[in-house]
Amino acid sequence: MDVSTLDKEKGNHISGIDRGKVVMYGLSTCVWCNKTKKLLTDLGVDFDFIYVDKLEGEEENQAVDEVRRFNPSTSFPTTVINGEKAIVGFKEREIREALGF
Amino acid sequence: MVDKVYRRLNDQVEKSGYHLNPDVEFTKDLVRGLLANEQRYGYWSCPCRLSANNLEEDLDIVCPCYYRDPDLNDYGACYCALYVSDEVIRGERRVESIPERRPPKAQRDAERAEEKKRAEMMESMEFTEKLSKPVWRCKVCGYLCAMDEPPGVCPICKARKERFEHFM
Repeated sequence: MDVSTLDKEKGNHISGIDRGKVVMYGLSTCVWCNKTKKLLTDLGVDFDFIYVDKLEGEEENQAVDEVRRFNPSTSFPTTVINGEKAIVGFKEREIREALGF
Repeated sequence: MVDKVYRRLNDQVEKSGYHLNPDVEFTKDLVRGLLANEQRYGYWSCPCRLSANNLEEDLDIVCPCYYRDPDLNDYGACYCALYVSDEVIRGERRVESIPERRPPKAQRDAERAEEKKRAEMMESMEFTEKLSKPVWRCKVCGYLCAMDEPPGVCPICKARKERFEHFM
């Protein structure tokens, strides 16, 4: 999903150090999702975030399908790295390691 | 508003023997999420799960959710960590992000259909007639009562009537 087409409150690109394509799918009301977003921000990596609860209709279905492909239980946060590895939940150590910290 | 709801919830939860997460800022953020969901959907959908914006589909994740007690037993906290166990309160266990216990949508839909069938069967089964009253089970905390109808609110955990199932 191309976040540049979304309203900023629904999803956005955060510029930073290039550690590959990082996409965090989260919910705006979820404390674990916001901890994950803060961790990525503090690490200073380049990433996209998408607040799936803010999406509707086709956009929401598309985002849910993307999450399900990596995480069948479709839970949040799901952080996808380079379209191949997914980290489910706020797993600080795993996220740091996967991004080379 | 958040402070008021937090205090009221905390009083009620402590009275029924449960505990909110002692990290007050964390917990207030979750209360903010619950209030946002009440605004958006009309009920306290779990702030850490995607709502279907449909109460029937979300009945299992209305806070407190059906998964709270098993998660408190296995991980010391519920999925969003609004509720924590005695061990966490005593400082013997740390709260962290836990795996999702809620089954995927396809499985939930199948289970709901199954349950509906079972409920209809129970209505017509003979052994029910042998009990002087039907027995209702609160799906949040397991409370059982034998009455013509389930109570309006669970006396143990305050879950509402629609979260009771016809148990026997």
